[in-house]
Amino acid sequence: MKETLNFLLCGVGGQGTILASDVLVNVGLAAGYHAKQAEVHGMSQRGGSVTSHVRWGKTIHSPLIGAGEVDVLLAFEKLEALRNIHSMHADALAIVNDHTILPLTVISGDGTYPGDDVLQSAFSRVTSHVKFIKGEQVAGGLGNPRVANVVLLGALSYLLEQSSLVSSECTPDTWLKVISERVPPKHVELNRIAFQAGRDAAGK
Amino acid sequence: MIKLLSGNEAVARGMWEAGVSVASAYPGTPSTEILENYAHFPNVYAEWAPNEKVAVDVAVGAAYAGKRGMAVMKHVGLNVAADSFMYASMTGLEAGLVIVTADDPAMHSSQNEQDNRTFAKFGRVPCLEPSDSQEAKDMVRTAFELSERFDTPVLLRLTTRICHSASPVELGEQNAPSGDTQPFPRNPAKYVMVPGNAVKRHPVIEQRMHDIAAFAETFPPNRLEPGNSALGIITCGIAYQYAREVFPDASILRLGLTWPLPEQMVRAFARSVKRLIVIEELDGFLEEAVRMLGIKVEGKSIFPITGEFDPRRVRESAVQAGLLPGEASVNLPDVEVGTLPGRPPVLCPGCPHRPTFYILNKLKVPVNGDIGCYTLGFIPPLQAIHTCGCMGAGIGVAHGAAKAGSPEHHVAVIGDSTFFHSGIPALINVVYNHSPVTTVILDNRTTGMTGHQENPGTGSTLLGQEAIRIALQPLVTALGVRHVQTVLGHDVTAIEKVLKKYIKLDEPAVLIVEDPCTLLPDVRKRWMPLEVLADKCNGCTLCFRIGCPAILKSEEMDLKSQRPKALISADQCTGCEVCAQVCPREAITFRQDEVAGGLS
Repeated sequence: MKETLNFLLCGVGGQGTILASDVLVNVGLAAGYHAKQAEVHGMSQRGGSVTSHVRWGKTIHSPLIGAGEVDVLLAFEKLEALRNIHSMHADALAIVNDHTILPLTVISGDGTYPGDDVLQSAFSRVTSHVKFIKGEQVAGGLGNPRVANVVLLGALSYLLEQSSLVSSECTPDTWLKVISERVPPKHVELNRIAFQAGRDAAGK
Repeated sequence: MIKLLSGNEAVARGMWEAGVSVASAYPGTPSTEILENYAHFPNVYAEWAPNEKVAVDVAVGAAYAGKRGMAVMKHVGLNVAADSFMYASMTGLEAGLVIVTADDPAMHSSQNEQDNRTFAKFGRVPCLEPSDSQEAKDMVRTAFELSERFDTPVLLRLTTRICHSASPVELGEQNAPSGDTQPFPRNPAKYVMVPGNAVKRHPVIEQRMHDIAAFAETFPPNRLEPGNSALGIITCGIAYQYAREVFPDASILRLGLTWPLPEQMVRAFARSVKRLIVIEELDGFLEEAVRMLGIKVEGKSIFPITGEFDPRRVRESAVQAGLLPGEASVNLPDVEVGTLPGRPPVLCPGCPHRPTFYILNKLKVPVNGDIGCYTLGFIPPLQAIHTCGCMGAGIGVAHGAAKAGSPEHHVAVIGDSTFFHSGIPALINVVYNHSPVTTVILDNRTTGMTGHQENPGTGSTLLGQEAIRIALQPLVTALGVRHVQTVLGHDVTAIEKVLKKYIKLDEPAVLIVEDPCTLLPDVRKRWMPLEVLADKCNGCTLCFRIGCPAILKSEEMDLKSQRPKALISADQCTGCEVCAQVCPREAITFRQDEVAGGLS
């Protein structure tokens, strides 16, 4: 178990990264850590890049993580994963949603979206702990692509347990309780299934 | 009870606990969620004012009437409200008056990163700065107590990192506002600021600041955290957290009241340490004040004056200045990813502002913009905004350019909420001093950029009550504009026809483009995606020029032109039909499957 855990969530405005980071910081508190969270989103409502910092530890001062100090990168989109690759340290855990959202700069022909080969080789040079998850595909299979963020949280919960980075109080039940408190009652069951599907996907 | 709250949520909670009677604000990132959250507490009064100056006057009125008043705004809002802020300092009040300024280091969503602590000094007003959510909540009550004790407005200064980061907060009890009312003061010597009275008030407020400085010596939010005496750090706000993290062993003087300074406390601290530094974001505000006491201190020679801090920036600056051992720069993963395509914010698919910019781009006229979603009209391929400085600036700038003989016909573009905020006086000027400026009011029936707040044109209030909806066309007509027309935002042809006519006129004209924001819940219900009929599309690229994120380049090439055909992303398309209107080959239509299935 690591005394302080720094999580960086990144994605595109509208992907549910804010809700996911709200869940993550509250799971930290529920598991007995002191925790802080910071959103960095600028004008992201309009489809821009979004990042969210979540820190768990004994005493957390700064809500922001310094570059190179991220223990866990949870990327909701591949280009955003690459954009934040330098935030991780060499031993970090990276969970990357295998999902593409083309920015207008690419659509208009002013930029090129990096290929999967570039992405994979870049990540493999930074850390050996990289997991790609097909969040949208898994969520779509459950009938609602919008729960992709909860699929990713499921994957995160599983990989954290496997890595033994976290306290033993950080159980799937802790996660599910926090998630259930944050979604409308009629969607609790769907989110529970999505969370489990994410855990299964990460275990494969 | 402990709850995780953002700084903004914590301030809202603090307002409720402090028994605020009247709260008024204009939305602006990073401050917007304060009033949005406060409005959810039972039995409170909160309102969106048309601008920040009005919000301060409203809070002043409550405080004159003997009730706690609060005004909330982003940093540049205090520029708009400065006149009111200054007189409120001169008059003082009958009950507490607190003004919240949310500064934006790094300009995450602002035109500058001004440090509003200077306003506190300038206005002879005390300034409180929390370092986390707990303090953000607690300092609201402290601010009111300070205000009432010293007969002064209090500036509560937040920054983006305080507003938008969450940390645990121990909740307190509500100090409900008393239902009793008191007679409104008849005290012209204090409340009528004509020169004869103001002259007598000025020494009073100077003395007040001396009294507060003396009080600050034992004021708990000014906190000494003793440590190794080799290094002493004076710090405040969020910078305190970075200082604590980077220098776990140093002696720290954390100032919760950053104006006026507790002089004796600072002197004693300076004497107790070998090397004294100040860690503060933006201006060297505390540093200069400490230096004015004749104390040797370093600050902005070590830490940047621009942008936002984080632990790494603070650490690297400290290493460079020899305060910490180690390498001057953190070793980042050695991996080259090349230049990645940017992801700037864009006008959403289905945005009703898009056709106006498409036409303005086509007409090649100079366009003076304003602050809101529509500022994004400057981005390629639309590129139809050429100036944008602050709220309400565009119409005045267009008028000035016209008066200077600028050879082209000037257009000003302003949103509905911004027009109510500060566009109306500028349009009056265009009429009164007569210039051939065409003003386009983009009325999307909401305050878009900050996330759909009510405004005087929406017909409802912050508290969800029905309100008179101020109609733009009669208002503009009443100002004396003779050429006024309202068209629908998605009617490309109508916008082009009216604008072509107006830019040839030799007098003021106003085009009101009316269509609700596509992200409003009622509009979302009507979304229905379009598709491109590949056999009709010849790759002419016209639809790419409207800059819609839902229109992609197909992998299928047109054989004749050797250009990619268009493809519409069904996930993103709202069915606004702007692309269908610009397509010369009628190749864009509603998806057959969707129409057959009938979206509800």
